Amino acid sequence: MENKPIIDILQARFSKETIVVDESSDILTLTVDRNILHDTIKCLKEDPGLQFNFLTTLCGIHYPDAPLPLGVVYHLHNLYEKKRIRLKTFLPDTDPSVRSLTDLFSAANWMERETYDFYGIIFSGHPNLKRILNVDYMDYFPMRKEYPLEDSARPDKDDRFFGR
Amino acid sequence: MPSPDYKRVDPPEGYTQPGLFATSLDKVVGLARKNSIWPLPFATSCCGIEFMATMGAHYDLGRFGAERLSFSPRQADLLMVMGTIAKKMGPVVQQVYVQMAEPRWVIAVGACASSGGIFDTYSVLQGIDLVVPVDVYVPGCPPRPEQVINGFMKIQELVGNEPLRRRYSPEYKELLKSYGLTA
Repeated sequence: MENKPIIDILQARFSKETIVVDESSDILTLTVDRNILHDTIKCLKEDPGLQFNFLTTLCGIHYPDAPLPLGVVYHLHNLYEKKRIRLKTFLPDTDPSVRSLTDLFSAANWMERETYDFYGIIFSGHPNLKRILNVDYMDYFPMRKEYPLEDSARPDKDDRFFGR
Repeated sequence: MPSPDYKRVDPPEGYTQPGLFATSLDKVVGLARKNSIWPLPFATSCCGIEFMATMGAHYDLGRFGAERLSFSPRQADLLMVMGTIAKKMGPVVQQVYVQMAEPRWVIAVGACASSGGIFDTYSVLQGIDLVVPVDVYVPGCPPRPEQVINGFMKIQELVGNEPLRRRYSPEYKELLKSYGLTA
């Protein structure tokens, strides 16, 4: 399965500005506006010419200096044609929300909870969006770059002994 | 035939006369307790593997009267926490401690249980002494079985010398209260 028919089907369906195509790596990568992300993935899954029927993974990402700093990356797999595709969508940190995929893929449930847990991305329409790996009383999103990796609760760590 | 060379525990300090030996109850109870400690292994990672070697024939913690591990906290005397404790596991360690009957002791084996070790990160408890009072810390990453045994012998010292009144003292109650526990 080539990249071209996939791009053609999607660009016939959605306006060209909302889908940015990147073929520079060995996996077709689409950067999609968050408002059409759900529809794009629904189309990729249900269109008879595309049949991306498996959600391989989904995760968050944070580029603190970018205009849209938070993102979600989705990997889909067409198991019939052995074809993979990657979708990215970027969100403002003032309103990091994107539509949940739980109505399309049951597997998205826990993956979206994990992404919420670590990046604070809100998946609207998710049936049970709460922390999954971290302690329930955690009051921040630890994989966002503004939070230090080290545990600040440790009084014995003197910066002078760590060359800083 | 040569007489067998029995290992004996020295009697505690006391007053000896023919047919009579007087000592304090603390010392007798301490002697009995320290040579029959039932440890509860709470092993989560590589320190637990070292503990397995410690229990094996070569090092044999059974020589110190700790042959019988207690996998129920209700009968255990010593909680041995060996390995990284994630923050999510903190309440579990505390609950196990609460389920143990008095008198109870705790030993933190290895860098992670003592201080969080190399895992200075948002998800790891920075030492189990944040959730339960610890009597002995064993350093090492992981400590060798000799070190685990040394830590155990320190516990034996504490057990043998503990006054019977300690667990009823206001200081001890205050210590438990500082962890949000009641005596």
